[in-house]
Amino acid sequence: MFSYCADPKALAESVWVSIPWLEDSRLLSWVVDFFNSLPWMSCYLTSAKHVDFYWSFVTVLLLLAITAPAALGMGFMGATAARSHVAPVSWLGKIYIWMVRGVPDIIFFLFFVIALDQGIEYVKNLAVCDGGAWPWQGLEFRVCPEAKVPLAKSSAFWHQAYGFMLAVVTFAIVFGAFVANVIYGAMLAVPRAQLETAEAYGMSRAQVFRRILVPQMWVYALPGLGNLWMILIKATPLLFLLGVKDIVYFARELGGSKTQAYEYPHGDWRLWYFLGLMVFYLVFTRISEIGIGKLTRKLSHGQATAGGEALRKAAA
Amino acid sequence: MSMTCWETVQAYGLRSIGIGENLLPKSDFTICQQFTLIGSGMIWNLYFGVLALTFGFFLANAIALARSARNPLIRKPADWFVFVFRGSPLFIQFFLAYEALVLLPKGGIDILGIHLDTSWTTRAWAGALLVLFLNTAAYSAEIFHGALKSIPKGDLEAAEAYGMTGWKKFIRIEWPTMLRLGWPAYTNEAIFLFHATTLVYFSGFPAFAQKGDALYYANYFADKTFNPFIPYPIVGFYFICLTLLVTFVYGRVNRRLNRHLPSNVRSKIRLRPQLIR
Repeated sequence: MFSYCADPKALAESVWVSIPWLEDSRLLSWVVDFFNSLPWMSCYLTSAKHVDFYWSFVTVLLLLAITAPAALGMGFMGATAARSHVAPVSWLGKIYIWMVRGVPDIIFFLFFVIALDQGIEYVKNLAVCDGGAWPWQGLEFRVCPEAKVPLAKSSAFWHQAYGFMLAVVTFAIVFGAFVANVIYGAMLAVPRAQLETAEAYGMSRAQVFRRILVPQMWVYALPGLGNLWMILIKATPLLFLLGVKDIVYFARELGGSKTQAYEYPHGDWRLWYFLGLMVFYLVFTRISEIGIGKLTRKLSHGQATAGGEALRKAAA
Repeated sequence: MSMTCWETVQAYGLRSIGIGENLLPKSDFTICQQFTLIGSGMIWNLYFGVLALTFGFFLANAIALARSARNPLIRKPADWFVFVFRGSPLFIQFFLAYEALVLLPKGGIDILGIHLDTSWTTRAWAGALLVLFLNTAAYSAEIFHGALKSIPKGDLEAAEAYGMTGWKKFIRIEWPTMLRLGWPAYTNEAIFLFHATTLVYFSGFPAFAQKGDALYYANYFADKTFNPFIPYPIVGFYFICLTLLVTFVYGRVNRRLNRHLPSNVRSKIRLRPQLIR
């Protein structure tokens, strides 16, 4: 990145600052060492691999940006289905909600990624392979080369993108169930009298749902949704388990000790990389906490809840 | 080499703790093998869950009290402890703990002539248990702290009117009421801590000699057979049973904590989602 980074090994040896009295001090000699390591550090932290590492933070943010609305959509559909007056639809919604409750979510993550992948390849196998044979044979899952997703000859980018897409769908399915549960509860919490008033005004069921129930429910759903957002942030390291090159992958790669064969040899620094990730998550959850607090205040405005009442009294 | 199901249970029932057949099945996987080995792995999930919850309960009480202390020297560290463990992913905490424990001197530490061995701390049974213990203590402390703050004012005033103060008021009124109010939330914490134990062998802590938990073996079968539709539902089945068991045991405790109340004001346990920490 910088012009002086051409020969990192020489950089590590070179002395930029020399303050003899400070170097002789047993307590403060690290100050000089620190200044002397700065040029090497600046090259190390801007190496090509590190730039990939910084981009992987964007991957995590991208996952959150796509998953959160997708899970909200899935959850909304699940909750609406569970409220349906048609029994099979209602069962479907309720099974979806209760399914994820008793089972550790990591099992769903591991399961869905393989199941979705095999499902997609099986369907493609029916379409493009001759005969479309049953692919689960003995200890193999075998489809013809044309049915592979992505194709073996595709570039590494498509393999990464496909893995990322599977992860997004898995996150949306699992978190959608949790969102559905929160929204289902919030819809039940909207005071019955409000819906009856709307019906008395002659609104149809769809109108009551759209104009009264949905706008009112958010304030009841917000504490639960805020909690889920925090959980979603803390679930992002699982991308690593799903085979996506995320921040955990790079922290392990870059932190592992590097011998003299590498451009930037160093010992085992994984502890420091993971400390960095920890700080990233702590800052992220703290900012979210503050943001959710502000949003709650805003949505409580004029609501018939304890929070809304407190706001009214403060203003009066 | 075909075994009856009972022979399989004898061979692999305690495989996860190193008793029985050493070699895992390599081909001709049967449903019975999958049920047995995954069930054997549940021993570790139970071990981590039960011990972390037991030890964590006491630390959680201490931290909840420290957070209510007026002295900032006591309150602030407790606040930070809860913030760090609740604000970061358990997954990262496992990695971090493992890397930190690996850095301990390999040969052990000599303090005042006593030799302390350190190699065992990087093993999952000790290191991961420590992380789970601290983690559940932080989450439970938050629950108990919230419960402590919502004790009805009238209860405390009544206690004072009876002449109770200090320790006596705490142990007879505040603590039981705190437990009663926090118990439904604490039940959920217990359930999801058991779920969190499945993360142990998927993070920093390696499994030695293929001795792992339920998910470790399920993953083994899914990798070997390329068929996720059998092993993962089996783990799911075991965990639904475990969830029902935890709900039952904690429900009994909840009944006891609420036994003096009329039936319509007792607090009920409701499952709330909180999957990953």
